[in-house]
Amino acid sequence: MAEPKAMLMDAAQMNRALSRIAHEIIERNKGVERVTLVGIRRRGVPLARRLAQRLQEFEGREVPVGTLDITLYRDDLSELSSVPQVHKSDVPFKLPGKVVVLVDDVLYTGRTARAALDALLDIGRPAAIQLAVLVDRGHRELPIRADYVGKNVPTSRHEVVEVHLTEVDGEDFVALYDLP
Amino acid sequence: MGGLKRKDLLGLQELSAEEIDLILNTAEALKEIVTRPIKKVPTLKGRSYVTLFYENSTRTAKSFELAAKYLGADVVNVAVGSSSVKKGESLRDTVMNLNAMGLDGIIIRHPQGGAPHLAAQAVSCSVINAGDGIHEHPTQGLLDMLTIRQRKGGFRGLKVAIIGDILHSRVARSNIHGLTKCGAEVWVAGPSTLLPPGFEELGVKVCTRVEEALEGADVVNVLRLQLERMERAFLPTSREYHRFWGITPERMRLAKPDALVMHPGPLNRGVEISSYVADGDQAVIQEQVTNGVAVRMAVLYLLASRGDAA
Repeated sequence: MAEPKAMLMDAAQMNRALSRIAHEIIERNKGVERVTLVGIRRRGVPLARRLAQRLQEFEGREVPVGTLDITLYRDDLSELSSVPQVHKSDVPFKLPGKVVVLVDDVLYTGRTARAALDALLDIGRPAAIQLAVLVDRGHRELPIRADYVGKNVPTSRHEVVEVHLTEVDGEDFVALYDLP
Repeated sequence: MGGLKRKDLLGLQELSAEEIDLILNTAEALKEIVTRPIKKVPTLKGRSYVTLFYENSTRTAKSFELAAKYLGADVVNVAVGSSSVKKGESLRDTVMNLNAMGLDGIIIRHPQGGAPHLAAQAVSCSVINAGDGIHEHPTQGLLDMLTIRQRKGGFRGLKVAIIGDILHSRVARSNIHGLTKCGAEVWVAGPSTLLPPGFEELGVKVCTRVEEALEGADVVNVLRLQLERMERAFLPTSREYHRFWGITPERMRLAKPDALVMHPGPLNRGVEISSYVADGDQAVIQEQVTNGVAVRMAVLYLLASRGDAA
C-alpha cells in the first residue's frame, strides 16, 4: 500500500484509548459483573481481548470474550462477484442477563454493526448490547452509533482508515490513506 | 473472496484439493448453526432451490432441504412419482421448466450416471448432484471427508478402507476421488463379483480379502449392500456375505484401536455390518449425518455467488 496520508494513532495513543474505553465500560455498567466482550472478526477480536485484559486489571475479574463472524449476515452478498469466506463464530457463554460489548476496529457505514447485532441476537437474547470501536470515521448509512469511541476522525469517502494490530499485522498504529 | 468458481457441483473427480479444502472449512464454520436454538441465518434469503429425486431417499433429500432452510432459502420438493415425469416428460424438459420458474439451484438424484451433467448443460441455475447411478455422490464423499478430518486432523498418511459393494457404490467413487486428492491411502475390498475392473487406475489398492484392507486401517467405511441395484446373482446369500465380508468386532481388531467406523446408511444390520460395530464406540455414523447438513450448507453457500461472477 502507498504511503499513509496521516498517522491517526501510534501504539501509545492506542493503549491510552483502550484503557479509557475500559474505564468507561466499568463506569457505565457499574462494574463488570454482567459484562461480556464479543469481537467482530477480524480485528475486533484482538481488541476485545485487550479490553478484557484491562478490565481484569482494573476490576480483578475475568470477563468472557467471544468471536463473531458476520459474513452470513451481510446485506451485500447478492452484489458481490464471489461470496466471502465464512469463519467460525464462537460465543462460549450464555447471553441472557449479560451486557455484551461488541468490539470492532472501525465504525464507518454502520452496516457491519447492523449485521453483528442480527448475528448476536440469533445466538441469544442479552440484557443489553453496547458498541465499542477504536475509530469512528463517520458517514453512517444506518441509524447506529457507538457507545465507546477511541478516536473520532473526520474523513472523506475517498479515504481508507487502516487499523494495524500487533496480533494480526505485527505492529500497532492507525493510519489514513487515499483510496487507490 | 472465496466462492467456488463453478456453476455446478457434479462430482469430486473434477474438484481440486483446494476446492475440497474450501468446502470443508466452510462446512466447519457453518456446522455451529445446526446446534443453535435458532437454526436460521439470512444468508440465502430470497433464493429458492428444488430437490428433484428420481430415486428414493430420506436422508439426503431432507439433509439438503434442511441445509437450504437453515441458510434462509426456500425449498420445494418434486416427488417424481406424482410429477409430469409420469406423463413421459424428459429430464431435460423437466429441469428447463423448473429453471424457468426462477430457481437458483436444482438438487438432483437420478438412477442414470451423468444425468446431473445433462441437466447442468440445459439450465442456467446451479445443479447439485445428490447421487447419479453408480457414478458419484459428491456431498456424501465430502461429509465422509469432513468426519475424517475432524476426528483425525487431516488426510495425509491415513489408511482408509472401503469395504463391500464397490461396483454399485457412487459413495466409494466420490470418496476415492476426494481422499486420494487430499493425500490419504485408499484400500478397497469386496467380493470379486462386486469389484469393478480397473479400479487400481484411480490410485487405490484393491484387495480380494477383507482382512488385507482392514489391517492397520485408520478409517473403515462400510458400504451398504445395494440389493436394489443387483439385477444379476452377484452373491449367494446375505448370510454368506456377512460371514465373509461383514464388519464384526473380531474383524475390527485388525484395524488400529482408534479406527473410525463409517457407513453411508441406511444400515443393513447383520449383513455388511454387525450391530455391535454399528452401535459401538468407534462408529461415527450419527456424526456423518450432522456433517452432511453442514457440508450441504457449505456447497449451497459457495455456489450462491457464481451467477454474478459470470
